[in-house]
Amino acid sequence: MSQLHEPQFALHVEDLTVTYGAAPALWDIDLDVPPGVMAAIVGPNGSGKSTLLKAVLGLVAPVAGHVRLFGQPLDAVRNRVGYVPQRSSVDWDFPTDVRDVVMMGLYGQLGWFRRPGAAHRARAMAALAAVGMQDYADRQIGQLSGGQQQRVFIARALVQEADLYILDEPMAGVDRPTEDIIIALLQDLRDRGKTVIVVHHDLSTVERYFDWLVMLNTRIIAQGPVAEVYTPETLRETYGHRVALVKA
Amino acid sequence: MWDLLSSHTVQTVLMGAVFLGLISGALGAFAVLRGQSLLGDAVSHAALPGVALGFLVAGGRELGAVLIGATLSGGLAALSVMLIVSRTRLKPDAALGVVLSVYFALGVVLLSHVQSQSGAASAGLSGFLFGQAAATLRSDLWIMGGLAGFALALIAALWKEAKIVSFDPDYARALGLPVARVQAALTVMVALAIVAGLQMVGVILMVALLIAPAAAARQWTRSLAGMVGLSMGFAVVAGVTGALISASARGLATGPVIVLVATAIVLLSLAFAPERGLLDRALARRARTRSLRADQVLGTIHALARSHDDPAYKAELGMLRARHAAATGPALARLTARGLVREVAHPPETTPHWQMTPEGQARAEALREGRGRDD
Repeated sequence: MSQLHEPQFALHVEDLTVTYGAAPALWDIDLDVPPGVMAAIVGPNGSGKSTLLKAVLGLVAPVAGHVRLFGQPLDAVRNRVGYVPQRSSVDWDFPTDVRDVVMMGLYGQLGWFRRPGAAHRARAMAALAAVGMQDYADRQIGQLSGGQQQRVFIARALVQEADLYILDEPMAGVDRPTEDIIIALLQDLRDRGKTVIVVHHDLSTVERYFDWLVMLNTRIIAQGPVAEVYTPETLRETYGHRVALVKA
Repeated sequence: MWDLLSSHTVQTVLMGAVFLGLISGALGAFAVLRGQSLLGDAVSHAALPGVALGFLVAGGRELGAVLIGATLSGGLAALSVMLIVSRTRLKPDAALGVVLSVYFALGVVLLSHVQSQSGAASAGLSGFLFGQAAATLRSDLWIMGGLAGFALALIAALWKEAKIVSFDPDYARALGLPVARVQAALTVMVALAIVAGLQMVGVILMVALLIAPAAAARQWTRSLAGMVGLSMGFAVVAGVTGALISASARGLATGPVIVLVATAIVLLSLAFAPERGLLDRALARRARTRSLRADQVLGTIHALARSHDDPAYKAELGMLRARHAAATGPALARLTARGLVREVAHPPETTPHWQMTPEGQARAEALREGRGRDD
């Protein structure tokens, strides 16, 4: 395999630049996330949060820079990365049920021409139980509420049994009980040594939920432990003057 | 009515329609789920210049040459759309509209040119506009059967990849699956399905045999396998019915008949499918409205009982009517049937009165606290 580069970080991003049309969406991103933390990426709308995740996952091609996960290029560690895209990125009217969607998390490990079997179904049920959705296994996905959809997507990432979880706005549009379930779950992953990176939009909960913070506005404004990084100065620099420091 | 036709022709048309239904039904399901209906329309219209060129090169109706020409020009059109969308600021629908009309116009020009030449070379060419099932030759069946077999084998082999790529391509890409190649395979197969149907259905209406059965099938099923299977079934029914009707009547083009049959299946499915059908949803909405009105009437009785500090308070019908008008009667009947209220006498008044049962009180309390709504 390729030579390890910065293996001490779960995620290492260097000089990353992404453009949509003329203007850069991400500019000269240098970013390191150590393993075993629960990190939030915050920034105003259009600051490139989702683009950063997509560049890390190889879904958009950068014009410059590189990404390493656990010291290796993405292709070498895909099975160790669980991705939870935005709920709104798919058509929930697709004809399938909850269990089937969760089993999609195993398709990358299954290989060509192999169908999932009983063992895979059991793993899917375990992942559903972890998000409290085991009673919905046979439910059509079109009948789920927003919070249930989100939990199904998280179960689909859990079933991969990854080491790094990357979630794009998992708390957007879900009710409070669902948010509590999701956070408890993510914190449990972190406590078991996994790394969790979340694009987050609610500043009032940053300090309560997360221990690592990345502040982004096309470029990196600040990164590090929440307690050190989350200050009035960095907030002003990230959001302009529109946001006051919210202490939970 | 089969007297008009030799059984040989009928058999050929039937088998062709079955092959065509299988391939277009299966790939139509994926085209619909991936939002590629319009691309299919552009590809089928864009097949016309290829068809005319095939006639020109082969010097007559040679299905192999026609299909190769159609595949090439249809594929070129799909490529043009992709290039326009990725290189310009034109939106996909505009790109599709432009490409569809340009290729079709080119096809009509070529068609006129071929037809202006000797009659032998152009015989059967106009059948590719609206379809002519009766013109299907036994030798054509080998090509159509081969295409259908190839398409179904490929779908079976790539089943889970096709599913995840249709549902959530970004996630599939993040898993490391070769999404672009699976998408390309599905798109090429859609083009092949269209090409396979050109003789029977024609370039103008072929997309309907791709889309209509899949849209109808979506109404009835809860799984991708169910949708693909049912879509194939509907497409076979539409293809066989349409081909036989048109083959038995003189001068009736096959494509429009097939499309009309397929549309009838769609309309029936939209109206009557369980859960998703218009009828079922209207009934469910009515049941919800009635249940809600009953709860409201119960709430009124309960409010009166509370303001009189008497759970067994007898509410006069006139008061309930004042509040709930014509809904009162049906609501009370519904509540009575569920054992939540009962009609009681309240002498000396002779008018009807209504009283909550203990179950009705419990239900009203639950509703007041925001519990007990039927989900």
